[in-house]
Amino acid sequence: MKKFINKPDDFLKESLNGFGKAHSDIIKVSLDPSFVSRKNKTKDGKVSLISGGGSGHEPMHGGFVGHGMLDAACPGFVFSAPAPDQMQAAAEHVDSGAGVLFIVKNYSGDIMNFQMGAEMYSGKNESIITNDDVAVEDSTFTTGRRGVAATVLVEKIVGSLAEDGGSLEECKKLGEKVNKNAGTMGVAFTSCTVPAAGKPTFDIGDDEMEFGVGIHGEPGRKREKIQPSKTIVGNILDAILDNLKPENNEKTLLFVNGMGGTPLTELYLVYDDACQILKSKGVEVTRSLVGNYCTSLEMQGASITLLKCDEEILKHWGAPVHTAALRWGM
Amino acid sequence: MKKETEFMSVNFLISQAKNIQKVIDENAPEIETLDQNIGDGDHIFNIQRGLKLVIELEGTIKDLPLPKALNTIAMKVLSGIGGSSGALFGTFFISMAKSPNLDKDVDFNKACEMIIGGVKAMKERGKADVGEKTMMDVLIPVSEKLNEIKNNNSDMKKGLNEVIKIAEDRMLSTKDMLATKGRASFLGERAKGHIDPGARSSQLIIDTICKSVINQ
Repeated sequence: MKKFINKPDDFLKESLNGFGKAHSDIIKVSLDPSFVSRKNKTKDGKVSLISGGGSGHEPMHGGFVGHGMLDAACPGFVFSAPAPDQMQAAAEHVDSGAGVLFIVKNYSGDIMNFQMGAEMYSGKNESIITNDDVAVEDSTFTTGRRGVAATVLVEKIVGSLAEDGGSLEECKKLGEKVNKNAGTMGVAFTSCTVPAAGKPTFDIGDDEMEFGVGIHGEPGRKREKIQPSKTIVGNILDAILDNLKPENNEKTLLFVNGMGGTPLTELYLVYDDACQILKSKGVEVTRSLVGNYCTSLEMQGASITLLKCDEEILKHWGAPVHTAALRWGM
Repeated sequence: MKKETEFMSVNFLISQAKNIQKVIDENAPEIETLDQNIGDGDHIFNIQRGLKLVIELEGTIKDLPLPKALNTIAMKVLSGIGGSSGALFGTFFISMAKSPNLDKDVDFNKACEMIIGGVKAMKERGKADVGEKTMMDVLIPVSEKLNEIKNNNSDMKKGLNEVIKIAEDRMLSTKDMLATKGRASFLGERAKGHIDPGARSSQLIIDTICKSVINQ
């Protein structure tokens, strides 16, 4: 394992400290229990958005705290859900009285810990669960689809509605709409290495890829020989379109997300392939996002998210945002 | 006259945590490998960190009344372990802390009731039942056996030997299961042929406690 580490036990705390110093104009880092919150207090009457999850997916979620997105984020250990006292402390810190919306990715540990946090918090609160990963079958007999990169889009779009004064119920409803209209699938060329484990999460051959990989290196649909980008992108989009079934010429947002170890040069190539393929299938791409936003430590790979957009979604996507990782319009 | 064994006193809890730490450390490489087969490899580190944190609480909790000590352990486990294991074991201790009549000495039957209540709370929190390739595959049958021993006033040592056997059988039975909860559920058929790491660590914990009580 080659990583910038002093002591594995201090890894998360030291990284959070650096994040706090680098973005002190936007956010504040609290420790014991740890959470990232906006530098400024939530304005009265604004619903507070809190997300969180295991660390190792940076900039998600701390990098999305700021105007137009989250009010707070709770980082767990690497790939391990945060604890309920973090959610409780974050909620108490940011809630201005309009209530708290917890945005939770669909994993057993995250669901349990956020549920306990919500029970421990005495203020008004609601939760939404993201589960956009179409690689996994959704059924009542399994944990279901995983929450992955579309969580970023949910946080941005609902964050804008909250700034506009949307109620807790309205924010929850919009978040559920974005989640339902989004589909994601990822591919990994290499594994990631959890610092505490010290060795790669899975073995993969030099000429192989994991098709449908999860953001913790969970297996996907199949292990295959690596193929040209156009073939990979085509297969990912087939899976997403099969699931989302967009209308002819329906407007969409195309999000190409890096897993952490793939250069932007390749991500833009993937974006070009995806645009061409979508055009040939009668899907109109009207908004874009390309970059490393929902990562898996140093994994090489990418995911593609397609979001079907109505006017409400487009309006809130374009609204001003000022966070460590996403900034425009202000 | 030798004082009757005190179950669930703070001393009992701390000394069990130390016994468990020793056994878990001895079996750490095996659990880590199991988790790398079907999980993401962090289960053993979470369990080891949780045990270390609980043992470090000794000075803080040794003179506290039992419900307060259990609550302190619960909060430490919740925040110190994180993830599914933190939530589930935290829930277990919160439930035990809420048991009635903890101001009196806890006898064997009362200890069984506390564990049965704790496992029930874990089951509700995790929404997992037997047959889903999780730690609940070990904990639920063990809890049912303890209930039987308590209700029939069976011989304690004989009963605990049966518990040890059940925990081992049920841990081994997770090998051929498909996972439907937790991260292993994403593997589908690929999860078959591997024992669940949470079932193995739970079985080791039960095995350690039972043997230590039997030999007291």
